[in-house]
Amino acid sequence: MVQKTQVDNIIELRNVYKTYDDKTVVKNASLTIKRGEFVTLLGPSGCGKTTTLRMIAGFEMPTSGKIIFDGKDITDTPPHLRPVNTVFQKYALFPHLNVFNNIAFGLKLKVIPNGTKTNRKGETVQLYRKYTKDEIKERVNNVLKMVDLEDYGHRNVSSLSGGQQQRVAIARALVNEPEVLLLDEPLGALDLKMRKDMQLELMDMHKRLGITFIYVTHDQEEALTMSDKIVIMRLGEIQQIAAPEKIYDEPANAFVADFIGESTILSGTMIEDCKVEFCDTVFECVDKGFKPNEPIDVIIRPEDLKIMDKDDKKALLQAEVLSSVFKGDHYQITLLAAGNELVAHDTDTYEIGETVGLYIKPFDLHIMHKTRIINEIDTVITGENLVEICGADFECVTDLPVDTPVKALIDFDDVEITDDENDGTISATVISTIYKGSYYQAILSADDHYNFFADTDYEWLKGDRVGIKIAPEKIIIQPRDESEQQEINEVVDETLTPEEREAIEENRLEEPEKFDAEHAEIVNEHEEAEE
Amino acid sequence: MTKRTHKKLRLTKKVFSFPYILFLLLFVVIPLVLILVNAFLDSENNLTLDNFKMFFGAPSSLIVLGNSLLVGVITTALCLIIGYPVAYILSKISSGKIIVLLYVLPMFINFLIRTLATKAIFIAMGVELGMGTVLFGMVYNYLPFMIMPLHTTLSGIDKSYIEAAQDLGADKATVFLKTVLPLSVSGILSGITMVFIPTISTYAISQLLSNGKIFLFGDSIQLSFEQGLYGVGSIMSIVMLIFVLISNFIMNKFNRNSNAVRRSLW
Repeated sequence: MVQKTQVDNIIELRNVYKTYDDKTVVKNASLTIKRGEFVTLLGPSGCGKTTTLRMIAGFEMPTSGKIIFDGKDITDTPPHLRPVNTVFQKYALFPHLNVFNNIAFGLKLKVIPNGTKTNRKGETVQLYRKYTKDEIKERVNNVLKMVDLEDYGHRNVSSLSGGQQQRVAIARALVNEPEVLLLDEPLGALDLKMRKDMQLELMDMHKRLGITFIYVTHDQEEALTMSDKIVIMRLGEIQQIAAPEKIYDEPANAFVADFIGESTILSGTMIEDCKVEFCDTVFECVDKGFKPNEPIDVIIRPEDLKIMDKDDKKALLQAEVLSSVFKGDHYQITLLAAGNELVAHDTDTYEIGETVGLYIKPFDLHIMHKTRIINEIDTVITGENLVEICGADFECVTDLPVDTPVKALIDFDDVEITDDENDGTISATVISTIYKGSYYQAILSADDHYNFFADTDYEWLKGDRVGIKIAPEKIIIQPRDESEQQEINEVVDETLTPEEREAIEENRLEEPEKFDAEHAEIVNEHEEAEE
Repeated sequence: MTKRTHKKLRLTKKVFSFPYILFLLLFVVIPLVLILVNAFLDSENNLTLDNFKMFFGAPSSLIVLGNSLLVGVITTALCLIIGYPVAYILSKISSGKIIVLLYVLPMFINFLIRTLATKAIFIAMGVELGMGTVLFGMVYNYLPFMIMPLHTTLSGIDKSYIEAAQDLGADKATVFLKTVLPLSVSGILSGITMVFIPTISTYAISQLLSNGKIFLFGDSIQLSFEQGLYGVGSIMSIVMLIFVLISNFIMNKFNRNSNAVRRSLW
């Protein structure tokens, strides 16, 4: 028999969805967290990272899916019975209690095992008791020492500085010795210097305590510094799960690349294995396994783009210098090559308007599948040459009868964005714009939450209300088979070995036991004495 | 030569307080002084201490005072017992603000008219007027003053405190006892102040709803003045004022001791 790989997962999310009204904020999140790991949920605001954390803490119930803790199903367990503790974004320290009592809050409620006894039926019963006053005092003082607030026990929480409140919040969670500590943007309210110090302190605490940390942040630098594993989310969907280095070096898609660092993202074509075309030039690369002539995104990190003399033999591309900005230890140089803007970092500065040569190592070209190559909407024909898209009727060219289920396909180029939302056939909110060298790719959320991808010449402000227009002849109508199910792709955790992945898959087939914490009943003192 | 010392009246912030100061002088300070002076005068306007003897010497007037305080305490307690759960539930539901308005709305009708209407209803129902009906009238009249500050405080409690308590292992009852209740202390105190102080000084409600059977301190002050006993009436008013000041003082002290979120409640 093949030896089974053991996986020591403390928390597992299985196909978790969370829907408010008709808006899905977390879509099919599957994630495994190993015991002792420092995992960061990273993403822009509104990406569902906080909702995911709140579901683990128990403040929100998933609409569907399962949350497994240490092999037990805790999906329906209320927050006060879960063996996790949270550090809240704004600390949520109780204003009516002093520092000591804030920290002691959890301890006073906790019951701990206190030996066993045999009852009349001959069964062994686990006994529980509460902490004594002295035990509480000792524990609180220990944890205060750990966060360097030894003499602050009697202080009023409102008299503490932001950083000190932060420490009290961490101490209040840690004193309960949780197996998992959840941190919801805990450093968001601190100034930069304080943040950096607290980052190091948190990492140190994680190392010393050996417990699992699940950390939520929108700060990519914080995530890269602190984590063992980063989970990048966007619009409720997990984009990539990998170690920080891997996320930085091999982003899964243009969104991750754009979010993680200031890279240049260009559209290109994969001509064949190890040959990619962009900026009207064919480059050598190391990526394989793409379809011939597949449209792809190329990511180039600014530090990987080498500037040299235009006549240098190694130069692959000629470019014009558009600007050069001093950034302390380097110059940030913006270049124009074949109509595409590229950003490079160099220790030297260059004259604006100068023509230079560019070189990139094949290994430094990161090639990614496009997340989507066309907008595709499942809909029906609503009238003669009319198709419903996001709740409004669009004119189109078709000879299909009314009520035929169809797919409407719209190219990114053909989505026209209007400044005034009333000028468009439908209204939408701008979710993001990514610069792709020569144009912007905007993502627009229509009012029924369908996300349009649009290629435009202008940068649209995030959160702006805009209108969407589509020319009738640009809507491609294809008949659709109603039974056709949309395939949901699951993001693979890149930190796991294939054996571990297999073991997790296998575990998934088994139905986990329900988590049960109700057994913790306190046996009265006199009842024990009776014995 | 006379130097002109004509000062221009400049429009500073201070100027705006003049009408208010004038109002206070005319309608608060001068009446208080009059009451104080009256307390030491007999009907012939001679200085005397007889008024004090008349008030503190008669057990009946002290019994009335005691009764008034008792009714005040019971009314306040009933308002708190009824008002807290109402305010708590209303703070949980989204349309709570509108429903609170419904509780406050009767206050727009003159309280005498409301009390007379209540009396008419009791008589029509054949309920005997007495202590029970008086208490009903009191609670009915002053309940909004309890619900309003409680609702403001309760709906102002940050949800994250409740979540933090749950996170630290508190079940629903413990969350309420250890976070919601202590955090709403300031609301409870201002509710008590808003109800207790007017109830101990009220009159008319007790007279009307008990057909004059129950006689409270407010009623006896009114009676003294009606009978022309200005001295005794003044002393009673002073005693009342002292009680109001004492209860205000106690409430303030409590409020200072509780570290709960202090916000303007009204």
